[in-house]
Amino acid sequence: MKFSVLTLAASLVATGAFAAEPVAPADVVYTDGAIEASLSGTAGNPEEGAKVFGSRAMGNCVACHEVTSLNSNFPGNVGPMLDGVGSRWNEAELRGIVANAKLMYEGTIMPAFYKVDGFTRPGNGYTGKAAETLEPILSAQQIEDVVAFLMTLKDE
Amino acid sequence: MKFKAMTAIAALLLSVPAMSLADPDEDQLVLNGEMESVTETAAPAHLSDVLDTIYSGWRFRENETQALQMDDFDNPGMIFADLGLDQWNAVEGEEGKSCASCHDDVTESMKGVRAVYPKWNEAAGEVRTLAMQINDCRETNMQAEPYKYNSTQMTNMEALISVQSRGMPVNVAIDGPVQATWEAGKEMYYTRFGQLELSCANCHEDNYGNMIRADHLSQGQINGFPTYRLKNAKLNQTHDRFRGCIRDTRGHTFDVGSPEFVALELYVASRGNGLSVEGPSVRN
Ligand code: HEC
Ligand code: HEC
Ligand code: HEC
Repeated sequence: MKFSVLTLAASLVATGAFAAEPVAPADVVYTDGAIEASLSGTAGNPEEGAKVFGSRAMGNCVACHEVTSLNSNFPGNVGPMLDGVGSRWNEAELRGIVANAKLMYEGTIMPAFYKVDGFTRPGNGYTGKAAETLEPILSAQQIEDVVAFLMTLKDE
Repeated sequence: MKFKAMTAIAALLLSVPAMSLADPDEDQLVLNGEMESVTETAAPAHLSDVLDTIYSGWRFRENETQALQMDDFDNPGMIFADLGLDQWNAVEGEEGKSCASCHDDVTESMKGVRAVYPKWNEAAGEVRTLAMQINDCRETNMQAEPYKYNSTQMTNMEALISVQSRGMPVNVAIDGPVQATWEAGKEMYYTRFGQLELSCANCHEDNYGNMIRADHLSQGQINGFPTYRLKNAKLNQTHDRFRGCIRDTRGHTFDVGSPEFVALELYVASRGNGLSVEGPSVRN
């Protein structure tokens, strides 16, 4: 009880302090592939995160991962099933995996969702044309939301 | 009653590991009830360190899609091959010639041609795709306008020429004068394109058999081209497929007919050496 009040207070403070200034992709600090600090300064919303996870236009994580509770049509199986993933990894580790999984898993097929450089022939979304300016695939807040969603996937 | 239901469920669970989604199916492709097609064979030597067996994309499709390709009366691609035959006989260009004026009966003259393309053209000193060769004949031999590289007419003509090699093994050369082009194509195959940083190999070598969303990933072979796709209800050319696959990596794709795609086509074709030519095939 006391703990959750404290966490809430901390996240409120964080919200006030950083809400307007997300950490830019180039400034993200990774420690062994994990990211300790929130990227947006605003606590993630797991319901929004579930949308990011399932939507083709956003994370499209479901193209490669299944989550039983989402009940998605045709989830892919290129990546592991993510039930219980919130018990396997802590929040900082999950944030790191979603932002740039290549640091945790060398050479992985999983795309880096919070990265804007180092690409070969990046496109303008899915148009097939050259990119003009590159935004990360997910915004800082969308990363926080999807991480909050992953944190709800605990082992029974 | 209850007991029976339980047994049925147990049986279902047990049957899963025996035939998982991750495999190509076991179906055999026999065309029109008579012509056997090789849809699975030992990988060519140049792939021996990455693959043991190569499979036609046909083996990864649903039964209903597969069935459409087994009978020429059901295969919508054959309609386009017929249109190609009309083009074959049509006089066009300053020389007043048709393809038939020089090549006569397409079933004789074009037998086996699809199976060895792309191939080296000595006089021109270049690797030619079938489309490039067709256009060279139009321009040089007929004094006719070239077809647009991925136009309906070009794809129809490719379908007609492919039909004449159906059932024959793909057998493109990879050494000698084409070697440098082949190497360039190979490098592309392993390049991680786009903002998603995905190479052809990530999907079609490392993950064939797996599901990426609703799509059952094949080895991305081109022995079936041109392919009639149920998705867009038309005949699709190899380079259009390449273009779509790179676009889907959030990548800046290449143009149809570009030197990059010619090289990639040669390399991808060589990964299918030994599979039967199937064009025009049916895919979803
Ligand atoms: C192209 C396929 C692909 C996509 C898209 C993808 N992943 Fe992954 N993901 C993988 C693979 C493969 C792994 C396993 C790591 C490895 O061995 O390469 C993985 C691993 C993970 C893990 C660690 C899993 C564990 O059990 O320890 C998490 C968490 C994860 N992904 C989350 C996501 C999220 C969230 C998204 C969407 C924003 C996403 N992934 C999109 C392929 C993908
Ligand atoms: C004036 C005669 C002439 C006409 C008309 C002509 N061609 Fe050709 N074609 C040739 C000659 C000669 C060759 C072989 C020379 C070469 O390899 O460049 C050839 C080669 C080919 C090849 C390659 C065969 C192989 O074994 O590699 C194809 C395919 C082809 N022609 C298709 C066509 C099509 C389709 C048309 C009509 C649009 C056409 N040709 C019209 C003379 C002609
Ligand atoms: C994100 C995964 C992905 C990547 C990367 C990818 N493809 Fe594909 N490709 C697909 C899917 C999905 C299909 C449709 C199902 C199937 O046949 O695999 C497909 C189909 C194909 C087909 C049609 C196969 C047939 O039997 O008709 C070819 C050819 C192909 N891809 C070639 C390539 C090449 C070459 C590259 C690299 C430039 C590439 N793909 C990159 C996902 C991918």
